[in-house]
Amino acid sequence: MLREITLGQYYQTQSVLHKMDSRVKLVATLVYIVSLFVVNNFWGYLLAAAFLALCIILSHVPFRFMIKGMKSILFLMLFAVVLNLFLTPGEPVIRIWKLKITDAGILLAAKMAIRLTLLIIGSSLMTLTTTPNHLTDGLESLLSPLKRLKVPVHEVAMMMSIALRFIPILLEETDKIMKAQIARGADFDSGNLLQKAKAMVPLLVPLFIAAFRRANDLAMAMEARCYRGGEGRTKMKPLIYRRRDYIAYGVVFVYLAASIVIGRLLPI
Amino acid sequence: MNIIEANHLSYDYTRFDEEGNVEGKTRAVSDVTFSVAPGQFIAILGHNGSGKSTLAKHINALLTPAEGTMVVDGKNTAEEANIWDVRQCAGMVFQNPDNQIIGQVVEEDVGFGPENMGVPTEEIWQRVEESLKAVGMYAYRKHSPNKLSGGQKQRVSIAGVLAMHPKCIVMDEPTAMLDPNGRKDVIRAARALNQVEGITIILITHYMEEVIHADTVLVMDEGKVVMQGAPREIFSQVERLKELRLDVPQVTLLAYELQKSGLPLPDGILTEQELTAELKKLKSAERQGDGGRKG
Repeated sequence: MLREITLGQYYQTQSVLHKMDSRVKLVATLVYIVSLFVVNNFWGYLLAAAFLALCIILSHVPFRFMIKGMKSILFLMLFAVVLNLFLTPGEPVIRIWKLKITDAGILLAAKMAIRLTLLIIGSSLMTLTTTPNHLTDGLESLLSPLKRLKVPVHEVAMMMSIALRFIPILLEETDKIMKAQIARGADFDSGNLLQKAKAMVPLLVPLFIAAFRRANDLAMAMEARCYRGGEGRTKMKPLIYRRRDYIAYGVVFVYLAASIVIGRLLPI
Repeated sequence: MNIIEANHLSYDYTRFDEEGNVEGKTRAVSDVTFSVAPGQFIAILGHNGSGKSTLAKHINALLTPAEGTMVVDGKNTAEEANIWDVRQCAGMVFQNPDNQIIGQVVEEDVGFGPENMGVPTEEIWQRVEESLKAVGMYAYRKHSPNKLSGGQKQRVSIAGVLAMHPKCIVMDEPTAMLDPNGRKDVIRAARALNQVEGITIILITHYMEEVIHADTVLVMDEGKVVMQGAPREIFSQVERLKELRLDVPQVTLLAYELQKSGLPLPDGILTEQELTAELKKLKSAERQGDGGRKG
């Protein structure tokens, strides 16, 4: 069940989006997120959804694979939607006991749901089409001006990519520990929230120990392969902008302009 | 010139109590002296806690000796300035394949070492291709390491070391977590590197079957090298190995038991083929003996 989380995973296939420079994809994702918060009406969301659909088609990543990852965040989304639904002041539409659902609340909740869905799919599309190494390289290159301010850009980027690489491994490990404990009579499913949380403690302790052990091993393996930070490193896949990358930048900024115009100026 | 030279090497692990004060020291390796000529295949045997992994980490300068010296390719590992040369010269493959693969794609992982060394981009690609072909994993270069089997992951790790063009590869129980097929593949890859490319291999293991092709076997116990010699010499001393809590290859054990119960077999039989040949020889000698009596 834990293996179904696809957030932050890479999907191996050949497509334009896979070949694109990771810097473009990072900037595009950022622009996309900004556009989602700039946009204020449903036409804007429609444009955002259409843009995302186009990207998904271009990425060759099966839509079902993406949706599987969404399930894990459903709870968070529900939480945000319900909060917005009940706590927005305005003209009440339905009253249940002391709670009231207002017209403004419905509108806001709907917008929030759309916004979150698009945001999550949009950002997972980036990780699905970019290997962590590329992602790191892109981040490192985009943030490299910060090196002058003594920000350890390379180190942070490396930590990020390692964290991403170990997500599936640690999930697998969690699954294994869980099964081992269920086999010995542990109960993760019954009881209230507090009891469930307590049942997680014996799961987390071995998981943390295993993670530290792995980290230690990995550090040693990296040192054994001459890793000594970003100084003097060359790149196997250096980042070079090609024509398609410039075109992609163009498309993204046209999209941003369009979403500002449509999403801000049209009513509703 | 020898590629590895350990001279009266000792190493202590320091134990700390809960406040971080030194509680005492455990001697993991004690007074070890040995040398390895270029192109050799060396196996280090020993049960858990015998100090073999600690010794291996000295060859890669991950640890530096408390006493004595370790010289790799003419460079003393204790000198700070030599560390990176030593690590490039003597690559290391560890036990758990998951904990030593850094890249999310096979080829990126193999390129990690050369990237660290500052090799130019085109040459990295060339090295990655060569290394993956040498271990038979070129077809998987675009795959995610998570989807490979244990033996395949371990061969990718070997390719990752190979791409750094080392003179020597230290393998610290590379097959301990693998199934029998994966083990065979990894050992085959290691032997091929040794024979075809002439790379010195130091294989640490507790599977006896993997040791029989080595040029020299070192047996360690409680931090000391207690036996040293060709596999045939080592495995002819079945009783001594049992004392050290080590197994001998099944065939050797069978030959030993047959010998003990009266068959005139030679010492230190290592392979099935050898045993069958010896048994056939005995059989025909017996037949001739019978024939002689009749005639």
